[in-house]
Amino acid sequence: MEDTVLKVEKFSAFFGDNKVLKDVDLTVRRNVVAALMGPSGCGKTTLIRCVNRMHELIPGATVTGKMTLIDEDIYAMQPIVLRRKVGMVFQKPNPFPTMSIYENVIAGYKLNGIRMAKSELDTVVERSLKRSALWDEVKDTLHRKGTFLSGGQQQRLCIARALAMNPEILLLDEPTSALDPKSTSQIEELFVELKRNVTMLLVTHNIAQAARVSDVTAFIYLGELVEFGPTEKMFTVPKDKRTEEYLTGKFG
Amino acid sequence: MDTGKQRASSSTDDSEKRFNVILAGSGLLIVLLLLAIFATLLVTALPAIRQFGVFFFIGRVWDATTETFGALPFLAGTLLTSFLALLISIPFSIAISIFLGEYFRTGAVSTFLRSAVEVLAGIPSVIYGLWGLFFLMPAVRFIEMKLGVAPHGVGILTSSLILAIMIIPFSASIGREVITLVPGDLKEAAYSLGATRFEVIRNIVIPYARSGIIAGILLALGRAIGETMAVTMLIGNSNFLPTSIFSPANTMASVIANEFAEATGVTAASLIYVALVLFLVTMVVNVIGTYVIQRISIEASREAS
Amino acid sequence: MTGNHIGRRLAKDALFKGVVCLLAFLSLLPLFLILYYITMKGISVINWDFLFSLPRPIGESGGGVVNAIVGTLMLIVLSSVISVPCGIAAGIYLSENKAGKLSNTIRLCVIVLQGTPSIVIGIIAYLWIVAPLRTFSALSGGVALSIMMLPVIIKTTEETLKLIPYHLKEASLALGVPYYRTILKVILPSGISGILTGILLSVARITGETAPLLFTAFGNQFMNVNIFKPIDSLPYRIFYYAMSPYPEWHSFAWGASFILVVLALALNLIARGISVKWKIQF
Repeated sequence: MEDTVLKVEKFSAFFGDNKVLKDVDLTVRRNVVAALMGPSGCGKTTLIRCVNRMHELIPGATVTGKMTLIDEDIYAMQPIVLRRKVGMVFQKPNPFPTMSIYENVIAGYKLNGIRMAKSELDTVVERSLKRSALWDEVKDTLHRKGTFLSGGQQQRLCIARALAMNPEILLLDEPTSALDPKSTSQIEELFVELKRNVTMLLVTHNIAQAARVSDVTAFIYLGELVEFGPTEKMFTVPKDKRTEEYLTGKFG
Repeated sequence: MDTGKQRASSSTDDSEKRFNVILAGSGLLIVLLLLAIFATLLVTALPAIRQFGVFFFIGRVWDATTETFGALPFLAGTLLTSFLALLISIPFSIAISIFLGEYFRTGAVSTFLRSAVEVLAGIPSVIYGLWGLFFLMPAVRFIEMKLGVAPHGVGILTSSLILAIMIIPFSASIGREVITLVPGDLKEAAYSLGATRFEVIRNIVIPYARSGIIAGILLALGRAIGETMAVTMLIGNSNFLPTSIFSPANTMASVIANEFAEATGVTAASLIYVALVLFLVTMVVNVIGTYVIQRISIEASREAS
Repeated sequence: MTGNHIGRRLAKDALFKGVVCLLAFLSLLPLFLILYYITMKGISVINWDFLFSLPRPIGESGGGVVNAIVGTLMLIVLSSVISVPCGIAAGIYLSENKAGKLSNTIRLCVIVLQGTPSIVIGIIAYLWIVAPLRTFSALSGGVALSIMMLPVIIKTTEETLKLIPYHLKEASLALGVPYYRTILKVILPSGISGILTGILLSVARITGETAPLLFTAFGNQFMNVNIFKPIDSLPYRIFYYAMSPYPEWHSFAWGASFILVVLALALNLIARGISVKWKIQF
């Protein structure tokens, strides 16, 4: 089994002529939670959106450099093939409003026209909802619409939806910033469990969250990867002065 | 390794490209449809345009037997009925706009009036015509007899009346919308200076909403110009230049309705010439009216944010 | 001194409000008169015979408007089949491409099309279909009506889809779903209530249209389900009977009007019901 899930090499991203990511080099190992932190607008969201090539949906957005998922060049793959191997959870929970909880979980299969036996689908639904710690709360109401759940439950549903596709890596873009503190801590606990089976790249503007859940952290500032290393070390003995200033709150 | 700048187009595959082509094609179809309509009218009207030129609209005689066609009677008919209808309807539609936009914005009365206006707008033209035949025509005939005029019952006046009733909902709903867009703080400033409701409406609300109200009236005019059935049933079908508001007449729309089915040759081409002009006039009026309203909505949302 | 002045201003204020209310309700008078006439004169004519038999020729009494009812329904189906797919597709294009020369041109054309007098559209359908086929036909009537339905369908589709939050599309794309499936299976279903409402409203609008049918569908004394032959319709029958000199036919016109108004009202109510009940919450 390959140990490296994601490799980013001299990677830059542009909005038109505006360079928002500058020659980033990054490696994420299997079964690790890697946090991307940095002040607003530093490029961390752009970076993960480049991993599943959502960045290029914006007109005028371009990239240079290389990104490799396991052993495949991300930018040589067909985007829709890539996106089935990479899961994404967004800041605002977005279950599909016309579908039930059950249908939401298997949406990745249904929408892609992938046919599976009902028993297989049932297994996928149960497994994904258990992995996202939502099964016990919804197992009797699987056929109700997803929008009736609370914010935290909706987000766990979105996590289940992403997990159902068995992605190589799960990208999370500030997944708890729209949730209340209780739901936030529920989901943070979930991450600790999840990483046993899934590799996660987590964008967060919450330094404390990065400290709580991640194994490795990358600090990004003004599009540059300033520092990247084991979380505990970085937070206690940051190597770069800018990292230290950020951690001590000199700039937000 | 530098793989070079990659653009968004690499993100799409064949099925997506085909889908986008279908979507764009449907949109393009609309544009082509409009161009085709214009071209068809132009080409089929060409014999008449060549024969009569621009003097078509000064000619007073419309005679199929001698094949002389002058459209002045219908131009006059359209202008007279439309403007008369507009004049009659304006007080009522402005009243409804102010009623719904200022005095009764919400509540049962508001919902009632708004629904009623919507129903008015939804009644088919031919039913207005039918009702006009049995209600307006005797009424106008009665007035004509009292005045000693020939009691046709049908004519410019009758059709203007029915037109007025039909276009009230259009200018009323647009007027109501622009009146509700007047910023609350402007009105509050006026109230705090001690103005009465009437004074605020007259001096603040109406001037502010003026261009929108005018645009609504313009759109109602466009509707009136193109209105066919009710007018055809109540205008008396006369191809002579109307001499008074009691004269029977024809509008550009009604003469087409009355004569096109059996028309051939130059007659048909002349009628299509009339249709072409009708098309162009309503197009100009509608585009200007809509453009003004869109400008107002954009400005209003900009101020609100 | 100022006492009178204020009194006068307050009086003007009250007078103005009174005049506004009076004029507003006066404008409803025709509505009530029309509805009254239709109900009074129309209902008495409606019976089994009226609804299910064919018109009798001049001189014979009795008869009905079944061919007109069937004709109206056929025309609705015909024009919807033509205009709904094209209209929704164009609406999707406009909502996905908010700016751009083609989009703005399309929007302009929609405005012009919506304001085009229905009689002009009738002439177009005549020139495009009736003349080449050398016969009046239901098809030409359907084409004319579909041209009239297009602008409303396009506009409501665009407006409905614009309201759908972007993050829904993102969620689907991030699952690796191709763009066209995202639109067809996620976005469109989410907007179905608005789109359906638009379709029903445009149907309600064309149900009562007569002018475009005068030289296309033309009218037919007999029952006809062949789209290449002339076909009757409720508005046309109302027009034909109303302009005739026979009192019995006049009351038939009222009866047909009653049916037409009930039909249009029902469509409007269903549209309203759909937009409330089927509304998707985000």
